[in-house]
Amino acid sequence: MLLLQIDTALLIEKAILISVILMGSLGVAMYATWAERKVAAIMQDRLGPNRAGPFGLLQPLADGLKLFFKEEIIPDRSTRFIFILGPCLAMLTATMTSAVLPWGPDFTLFAGTVNERIVSLQVADINIGILFVFGVVSLGVYGVMLGGWASNNKFSLLSSIRAASQAISYELAMGISLIALLMMTGSLSLRDIVQQQHGFWHDGYFTWNFFKQPLGFFIFLICAFAELNRAPFDLPECESELNMGYHQEYSSMKLGFYLFAEYINMFVSSAIISTLFFGGYNFPFMDKVQAAVPGGVFALACVGALMTKVVCMILFFMFIRWTLPRFRYDQLMKLGWRTLIPLALVNMLVTGAVILFTMGDPKPSEKKTTEQIEIELKKAQAYNGKIN
Amino acid sequence: MDIYSILFWVLSVMAVGCALGVILSRNPVNSVLFLILTFFAISGHYILMNAQFLAIVNMIVYAGAIMVLFLFVIMLMNLNADVEPQKGQMVQLAGVISGGVLFLIILAAIKTAAAQAIEAKSTDIGLIANLGKVLFKDYILPFEISSVLFLSAMIGAVVIGKKEGGSLPNVSKVDEK
Repeated sequence: MLLLQIDTALLIEKAILISVILMGSLGVAMYATWAERKVAAIMQDRLGPNRAGPFGLLQPLADGLKLFFKEEIIPDRSTRFIFILGPCLAMLTATMTSAVLPWGPDFTLFAGTVNERIVSLQVADINIGILFVFGVVSLGVYGVMLGGWASNNKFSLLSSIRAASQAISYELAMGISLIALLMMTGSLSLRDIVQQQHGFWHDGYFTWNFFKQPLGFFIFLICAFAELNRAPFDLPECESELNMGYHQEYSSMKLGFYLFAEYINMFVSSAIISTLFFGGYNFPFMDKVQAAVPGGVFALACVGALMTKVVCMILFFMFIRWTLPRFRYDQLMKLGWRTLIPLALVNMLVTGAVILFTMGDPKPSEKKTTEQIEIELKKAQAYNGKIN
Repeated sequence: MDIYSILFWVLSVMAVGCALGVILSRNPVNSVLFLILTFFAISGHYILMNAQFLAIVNMIVYAGAIMVLFLFVIMLMNLNADVEPQKGQMVQLAGVISGGVLFLIILAAIKTAAAQAIEAKSTDIGLIANLGKVLFKDYILPFEISSVLFLSAMIGAVVIGKKEGGSLPNVSKVDEK
């Protein structure tokens, strides 16, 4: 009976990790709403929220409470089940992605005692981690589409159709820009991708993928903006054309879910961008720090490094939103199909050519590829053995 | 019953039930949602067979892209149970007969085919590294030919989508500006 063979300690460890990550992303998203208003206020020479608590720090709580206590209205002519399903799906897909991200290096708990165990700061290290992220992202559009359609409102329907076509168009360029990156890393596991970017400087060049794939990074970043429906790509909810867009008919906490899911998505995609292109939890001189402090503290420092990158990325998202005007819809499609996809294809071809050209003298990261595949296979087999 | 067969039965019931839901529900949007759930169940089967790559690609391509387009078209056409045209008796009968004949043929084909039981627990073919090696070593020609097929389908779609005047519908307007 396998049901009885499950390692209880592992179960507890993962349960704690999942709750911490979930609470963490909810907390960050909560304060991202506050930060967004503050950033907007500073950029427009206003004060921003400053009534609830010092610097308005309790404002997100007040907003959440307000949304909970509002009257909930479900339109008479809506498709009730799908109307309720919409915000649930939006929230679900927003929180699912964080499962495969490595938040920090492994560390040993209770070192030297009988109960010694290695704790991994990643919920699931699946060998196709980045594809999992991609799969969840491609499902994310259903929340918007179904919600908009079920509202039985013309503005909502138009908005959800915009969201769908925008998401599909930009997923293509995003995927192709990722392929170039994956050709260099030779692995789809996010943990491997992070470990290959160890430290900051190695062998006379930067280890972070941003410096190896700058064009790929910019394409990925633009596509991330479009996938998040954030300005300058917030066509699905542009007030001047569609009133409120797909959440026009939503009230109370259902509206809150939609708004909140956007901020969770922003947090998670910032974490993904940091992981893929900015070295994840790696930071300069990390080897020296690792030698100086105990494992647990080092792991915390790594988590701190990742969170710093994430916060910088979120702030960058906000600066863009409050400085750039919105695209027109035909410009958006033209940018996606006629600029980003060809650029991403060229980037992929050049990367492939360079890898082929330098194969006679492989860099350590490329030389390892076959070995890594073998390790992957063994790991997968071991994992599979555990399941069966 | 080990966990493998429990999962197998749960996923199978889910797949068959949702597939029935696709053809039985009156509202096209519900049909699409059932079809998405069917794809999820099939992805689950892939994972049981240790083919994580196939599972996730099935989800990205079918559930994430193609079904979004389906939903898109259905929303644009605004189909629902009220306005759905009711087919005549003869058409329904013809549909039942032709569907039944197809089912018979499939049954006959499956019965005579020497079905090889897959050792689900030991195979590693669905892992991305192995799959890539097999595709690009043993099956490189069919693989490349099918990509040409996709390309020709894409070109065909562009040609059909073209207006009589000779230029693409949306693009011409943008170019003039």
